[in-house]
Amino acid sequence: MSAPLNPPTPPDSRVLLHQQGEGLRVEVQGTWRITETRPSWPALIAEQAPARVKLVWGRLADWDSALLLFVFEVRQWCRAKGAPCDFADLPEALQKLLHQLEVVNETRMPVDRSRDFLSMVGFAAQDVWAKTKEIATFVGECVISATGLLKKPHKFRWRDCLDEMQQCGAMALPIVSLISLLTGLIMAYQSAVLMRQFGADIYVADAVGLVMVREMGAMMTAIILAGRTGAAFAATLGNMRAGEEIDALQTLGIRPVDFLVLPRLVALGVMMPLLALYANSLGILGGMLVSRGVLDIPPSAYWVETLTAIDLSDISTGLIKASAFGLLVGLAGCHCGLRAERSAAGVGRATTSAVVMGLLLIIVADALFAVTFNILGW
Amino acid sequence: MNKKNPTAPALEVTTLECGYDGHVLLKDVNFQVKRGEIFFIIGGSGCGKSTLLRHLVGLNPPSAGTVKFFGECFNSASADRQREILQRLGVLYQGGALWSSLNLLENVMLPLEEYTPLNAAERAELACMKLAQVGLSGYGAYYPAEISGGMKKRAGLARALALDPAIVFFDEPSAGLDPLTSRRLDELIVNLRDLLGMTCVVVSHELASIFAIADRVIMLDKQTKGIIAEGDPRLLVKHSSDVRVREFLGRGEDAAAAPRQNQPSP
Repeated sequence: MSAPLNPPTPPDSRVLLHQQGEGLRVEVQGTWRITETRPSWPALIAEQAPARVKLVWGRLADWDSALLLFVFEVRQWCRAKGAPCDFADLPEALQKLLHQLEVVNETRMPVDRSRDFLSMVGFAAQDVWAKTKEIATFVGECVISATGLLKKPHKFRWRDCLDEMQQCGAMALPIVSLISLLTGLIMAYQSAVLMRQFGADIYVADAVGLVMVREMGAMMTAIILAGRTGAAFAATLGNMRAGEEIDALQTLGIRPVDFLVLPRLVALGVMMPLLALYANSLGILGGMLVSRGVLDIPPSAYWVETLTAIDLSDISTGLIKASAFGLLVGLAGCHCGLRAERSAAGVGRATTSAVVMGLLLIIVADALFAVTFNILGW
Repeated sequence: MNKKNPTAPALEVTTLECGYDGHVLLKDVNFQVKRGEIFFIIGGSGCGKSTLLRHLVGLNPPSAGTVKFFGECFNSASADRQREILQRLGVLYQGGALWSSLNLLENVMLPLEEYTPLNAAERAELACMKLAQVGLSGYGAYYPAEISGGMKKRAGLARALALDPAIVFFDEPSAGLDPLTSRRLDELIVNLRDLLGMTCVVVSHELASIFAIADRVIMLDKQTKGIIAEGDPRLLVKHSSDVRVREFLGRGEDAAAAPRQNQPSP
């Protein structure tokens, strides 16, 4: 059955039917290739109803599974019609393969892994509970590791931490600049329409400044870093898990949380407020540009107004949030990465869930912060 | 070039130079593999066995020389023709290289889906048979992450066999397998060769496999950057004039016992 390469011209698989009394002699000829269309038995036999069928090997140049499937088709047809089928003339290898195919066909049991709706809901609920426990455990591990490292700061992986700081901080500056400048710009435009109706043009500065500093600076930076850094953490750690690097750490008695997670968390927790501060200033700059261009407010007036609107407590609430968001994004990324399945698809899923979980945690935390700061009167 | 040559060897390599990033690992490699032969490429670690394999199946373009399948040159063929030729080759990668997002049945069915006019039922039937041939009947619905290393390799072999290849390449088939599983895989290779008549090119340094199933071997060497021996391993181990070959095949014992014994002892 071994064959040279595909001939440049398509193979010529042919079947000749010879009537022999009540029986039918089926002669297979030519080259049979699985990559090409083969003669179809139902079309050949049409309405005929032979008493028996004999398959013979004519000038058969070469064959592969295409012929096997054809013979199998004939055989199944004969079985259904109750006609005896003789294929003793065919090559021995083909007969062996035919036997294998028949065994498979008879013993094949479709495995049904689908579940009904109710059990799906049940499994999903169990899954949510298990995941919540996992996250709680993970946070606990991080806290234990962090307290351990506070006692022995020289054990901390400063080099890794600095690398990560560069990756998630300095390297993120261009995208953070663009997005926060545009956020400030958009907010200024939107509020300008409203403020103008009351002749309160100058209050655009208050609106942009306050919203940027208290809310949007931290929020936009966190969203960018969830997509950028959280996903990267999950992919890196997921791949390390697939490559048994995490197992290697564990068998050495090194906690993956100490070695891999804490440097990343610290990096994000430190860099996020700095990035948010930077985002705040660019947002205010965006507002200033719009005010100058659309509302004819000079930048100096805009700046003075901004300063009267914002005080230190506004900035610090923003920074507290940013730091918390940073830790949450890092936690989501590392958690999903460390629990990734050991396969390419598993790493992909871990990355997706890191981003989704990061965003979810950011929004929930933001809501909690809003309520808390309101109660505290900050 | 497309002329059918019924007597051409299954694989013919002439003056092939292998390497990557401008760094030559092997030069002037010449050998032929006959049809239906089980041919081993052996040698110590880092001698370029796997690199040679990557050049043979077109993953790395050779910097010089030609690779011919059944008398037809692969490197100088057009991209379309190369794709056609590749359909007639099967490759079993070291770890099986199964697509992790597909179950075993889907893994075997993908080449059939891509290149054959078969309908879904026929594809499934054929894929099940291929899985049965490698001893994995009933595992079609499993995902690669759920099965053992040996099973992954066998499933990879089923996938390599999907399009009834004329030549199957094996990259370290016994690496990481226990001796029993490894031996079963060897037997499987021989059985499939006998049944389907395909040509097998195996990259390996597993001595047990080499002596059990190899018809012929070539041995590569890192220092020489080429082939240092060719022939039946059972003869080479005793009668090779090169001490490195006797040492490798005899696991160092022969060379230590009789350093310069070139002639067979009576």
